[in-house]
Amino acid sequence: MSNGQQPSANTGRRRMGGPGPGPGRGPRRGGPPGPHGRMMPVEKPKNFRKTFFRLLHYIRPHLVPLTIVLVLAVVGTVFNTVGPKIMGEATTVLFEGMMSRMRGVDGAAVDFGRIAKILRLLIILYGVSALFRYFEQIIMAGISQRTIYHLRNEVSEKIVRLPLKFYDSHAHGDILSRMANDIDLIGNTLQQGLAQVIEAIITIVGVLAMMIWISGWMTLITLFTLPAAFVITRIVTGYSQRYFARRQEELGQLNGHVEEMLGGHLVVKAFNYEKRSTEEFNHINEKLYDSSWKAEFVTGIIMPLLNLVNNISYVAVAVVGGIFVTQGRIPIGDVQAFIQYSRQFTRPIDTAANVINVFQSTIAAAERVFELLDEEEQVPEKENALADFQAKGNVRFEHVKFGYTPGKLLMHDINIDVKSGQTVAIVGPTGAGKTTLVNLLMRFYEVNGGRITIDGVDIRDLKRDTLRSIFGMVLQDTWLFKGTIRDNIAYGKKGATTEEVIAAAKAAQVDHFIRTLPDGYDTVLNEDASNISQGQKQLLTIARAILADPEILILDEATSSVDTRTEILIQKAMGELMKGRTNFVIAHRLSTIRDADLIMVMQHGDVVESGTHAELLAANGVYADIYNSQFSTEDFDQPGDFSAEGVFS
Amino acid sequence: MLKLFRHLKPFRFAVIASLAMVMLRALVDLYLPRLTADIVNIGVGNGDIPYILRVGAIMLGIAAVGGVCAVLGNYFSARAASGFGRVLREKLFSHVENFSLHEFDLFGTASLITRITNDIMQVQQVTMMSLRMLIMAPIMSIGGIVMAVSTDPTLSLIFVVAIPLLFLLVTFIGRKGIPLFQAMQEKLDGLNLILRERLTGIRVIRAFNRDEYEKKRFHDANLDFTNTAIYVMRIIALMMPVMMLVMNFTTIGIVWFGGIRIDLGFMKVGDLMAFIQYGMHIMMSMFALSMLFVMIPRASVSAKRINEVLETKPEIVDLPAPKKADQMRGYIEFKDVTFSYHGAERPALKNISFSAGPGEVTAIIGGTGSGKSTISSLILRFYDVDSGSILIDGVDIREMSQEELRSKIGYVPQRAFLFSGTIADNIRFGKEDATLEEIRQAAEIAQAAEFIEKLPDKYDHWIEQGGINVSGGQKQRLSIARALVSKPEIYIFDDSFSALDFKTDAKLRAALKKETANATLIIVAQRVSTVMDADQILVLDDGQIVGIGTHEELLQSNDVYREIVLSQLSEEEIA
Repeated sequence: MSNGQQPSANTGRRRMGGPGPGPGRGPRRGGPPGPHGRMMPVEKPKNFRKTFFRLLHYIRPHLVPLTIVLVLAVVGTVFNTVGPKIMGEATTVLFEGMMSRMRGVDGAAVDFGRIAKILRLLIILYGVSALFRYFEQIIMAGISQRTIYHLRNEVSEKIVRLPLKFYDSHAHGDILSRMANDIDLIGNTLQQGLAQVIEAIITIVGVLAMMIWISGWMTLITLFTLPAAFVITRIVTGYSQRYFARRQEELGQLNGHVEEMLGGHLVVKAFNYEKRSTEEFNHINEKLYDSSWKAEFVTGIIMPLLNLVNNISYVAVAVVGGIFVTQGRIPIGDVQAFIQYSRQFTRPIDTAANVINVFQSTIAAAERVFELLDEEEQVPEKENALADFQAKGNVRFEHVKFGYTPGKLLMHDINIDVKSGQTVAIVGPTGAGKTTLVNLLMRFYEVNGGRITIDGVDIRDLKRDTLRSIFGMVLQDTWLFKGTIRDNIAYGKKGATTEEVIAAAKAAQVDHFIRTLPDGYDTVLNEDASNISQGQKQLLTIARAILADPEILILDEATSSVDTRTEILIQKAMGELMKGRTNFVIAHRLSTIRDADLIMVMQHGDVVESGTHAELLAANGVYADIYNSQFSTEDFDQPGDFSAEGVFS
Repeated sequence: MLKLFRHLKPFRFAVIASLAMVMLRALVDLYLPRLTADIVNIGVGNGDIPYILRVGAIMLGIAAVGGVCAVLGNYFSARAASGFGRVLREKLFSHVENFSLHEFDLFGTASLITRITNDIMQVQQVTMMSLRMLIMAPIMSIGGIVMAVSTDPTLSLIFVVAIPLLFLLVTFIGRKGIPLFQAMQEKLDGLNLILRERLTGIRVIRAFNRDEYEKKRFHDANLDFTNTAIYVMRIIALMMPVMMLVMNFTTIGIVWFGGIRIDLGFMKVGDLMAFIQYGMHIMMSMFALSMLFVMIPRASVSAKRINEVLETKPEIVDLPAPKKADQMRGYIEFKDVTFSYHGAERPALKNISFSAGPGEVTAIIGGTGSGKSTISSLILRFYDVDSGSILIDGVDIREMSQEELRSKIGYVPQRAFLFSGTIADNIRFGKEDATLEEIRQAAEIAQAAEFIEKLPDKYDHWIEQGGINVSGGQKQRLSIARALVSKPEIYIFDDSFSALDFKTDAKLRAALKKETANATLIIVAQRVSTVMDADQILVLDDGQIVGIGTHEELLQSNDVYREIVLSQLSEEEIA
């Protein structure tokens, strides 16, 4: 039997069924690592045709190598399919030689010359077929990897053009999953699936043709097994999908429980919840066991059942073939060949059925990627947008209207006038919309009405790059990337020299700390920068902003999880940073607020008041109310932290 | 991996049964070609059609037996492997639930989660595959070889060449391919990391105009990955053609040499046909075996990670006969307590002594590194002290049961942590049999009742995992209500007011004051305003108490306290 088809189908399935690397979409997370991907309920694309043709578009540049692959696959498979029949001839020659000798025919002998000729032909056929298959795989590797290379880059470019609105309103996990898992799936399918389909189709047609050529009657017998195989697959797959769905759900429950109980370990222990938690776990675990073994059992049953059907047809072929040979209707070698063909026959059908599923989920994956690519992009820059702009730092809000969702305005009519070098304190409880102000200033979001100007120029008349290079930002959410400390600070300025980096670090009071690290400025921050403390991270972001040397600064004063000493350092560093700039400070310290040139009081997303400390107190409005309630609270004769911890995301 | 298999013991019947079934099936698969040979040799050779039919009937029967065996084998292996996974999960989870915080720090929560979920699943899958395939390969090989030798020993020599050759080729490609595969995987992870950074850092990237730079960084990594991937795929692509070539050439060899053997009269044509099929079976099972060899290293990494956890003994265990502490209520005493975290150079707390009693508010202030949260962890016995002792109600906490100790304490952690479930479920977390009335009351005091009543489902409002559908302040209030519901002797607020706005904060503290009049309060805080009205304030610096007293006393006498106050309030407010 030369059924190379068998293992090839298996590996393909395994590779496609495995969970993709990287973070997964919710339900996919924690999926079984086994080869059972095919048994999962298949995700169906919304518009198969449209997505399919769009995907084809990406493969178009590879039309020439793809044609070669097609030719290689066809020829290789045809050669492989002819093999058994030719091998059978050798057996026939052998058998006939023996038979005539037994019958005592004079000079009867096995014609080894002919057998040698046949076998030589076979060596060539099989050799060429293997070589072709190898080349086919190699070319496909190039095509598939290059295709998804381009797709990935396209997504990467899209990231740049998407507005912040998109990132704020979509779960990062979902976006990532589209960029990573879905694209990987497309790649894997291209690598394995395409060739498989071609091979499967050719094998089915080829094998059928060979079988009919050998004997119509015997083919008929074999064909009878097809509906049986089909029905079995259908029924079993139905059950197995049901159990797998159940298993998946229970696995999700189990994982959720484990995540919660271990994540909240402190609370679990503090409230003596361990026993109840373990009971709950055992309960889910029990259910998981039940659906798990059933799913495995039912799935595992499909192969033996198909094997049984195969064996029955094998026996039938052997018997009928044997009888035909005795009657002299076909040569013995043909029976041998036929047995091999009939064994090869059900495999590709199984493969094809599986590949259809894989195709469907691939198209669904492609659809998700395309959805991402089709997302609305940020408003394009004006054609005559200013690239060269020397800002002084005067900022004006003129009748600014804004809301995140259309028709639901948060800011109704904001008017502020900030002169170069002034400090603006933004005050208000958590969620009052302090982030919104930043979003508008940096043009992360577009205003719905009115305008914001810098030195009298509408920010929409500036190139985004230009606008943003005017601003510096130090937020509570300290984003650093995996890389050296030097690179992280240098992020603030393209082509910064080492001296500049060190100077910035010194100004940010972090130079000393960096030098205590074993690798100094070359210390590599790990993935979440968890190898340095929160306070040190904050100092690094200040250094980064100092290096960028912006005209206008946006600063979050909150330093909630920082020890006293670092806090003093941070205050000093911030003071250093604010010198000689226009500053927007999300203020937490009463001293900052009082000393500010302008206080903006925010509530429910709107700026409800603005003015100096004295003006606002005199106005006896919201600010005065907050300020006084702070003082009048029983037992608190001293004002403390003015606003609640600002969550600035 | 083998170490884990002792947990398979309860399933030894299923394991043995599954192996027996696999064995039977292998024999069936090997016996069928033998019968075909008989059909050819005897039936066809002699033109004996009744004989052909008779043997055919026997073959059908045997095939049916094989089918039944395979199904049963599947049944047993599914039960054994799933049961194995269940037992492992159960053991691991309950083991981890007994871990103290030290062991949690040791492994990391995320890693423990993966070990309980993915690693066990991995081991379970491989166990199943092993039960189904691992044993099949040697049986098939040995059986196949026995059959082959019994048919014609000399021709069997061909396998002496073919099997090792196949085995070598497969392992060679595997050896070369697998490390490359891992390298590729790492590059892919790196690529995804860049993507993730670009998503989480989108504001910063745009603020610093680094879009182009990030794009280039990604494209470079993408190109590097793509090149590696193509290279790896090309090596893996060798696998199939090579396998096929060896198999097909073996068959050709069998026909040629078999032909010579037949010509010499050592065997018959039917035997040759059987021989070809033995060869196929042997080779296929070798291939399956090599697949398993790819999976087993991965699973044994998982098994090792599971074993590591199972072999770690929790540091804190109850005494066999714990003391009762029911003589007093609400007394806490630290006697010269020193404590360091594992692997730390310096102690986190040094010579801490203080006491607190019912009706008193004790506040602890200091920076994050100063060790104030460590004190609350020690009271709850999340860690054991290095020296000195902590007494609660007159009993050393190491001598009472952890359950009794913790039932005396209502704890509100720094980071409010809610569980998925209704609001009522979450509050009931603190007291299993709390009535709805008690829950309401706790929510009322915690200033949570107001927002709960505004929700459509009120106390049945569903909290998502991690509490993502309630705000930080609401989470914190629910977490306070959870501590209140059991009316404990001692309350520990570990920096718990930071997420509240000042109005709620004030109201809450006023309400708490009434409710907790007879209880002992420990308030850990960073903010002066939170601690100012406490009966005693402990000022911590660098793990040591540098001052104990009231706000006024400390302001007069304590430099560190004054420094903290100064950093938070401007001069004029203090004066």
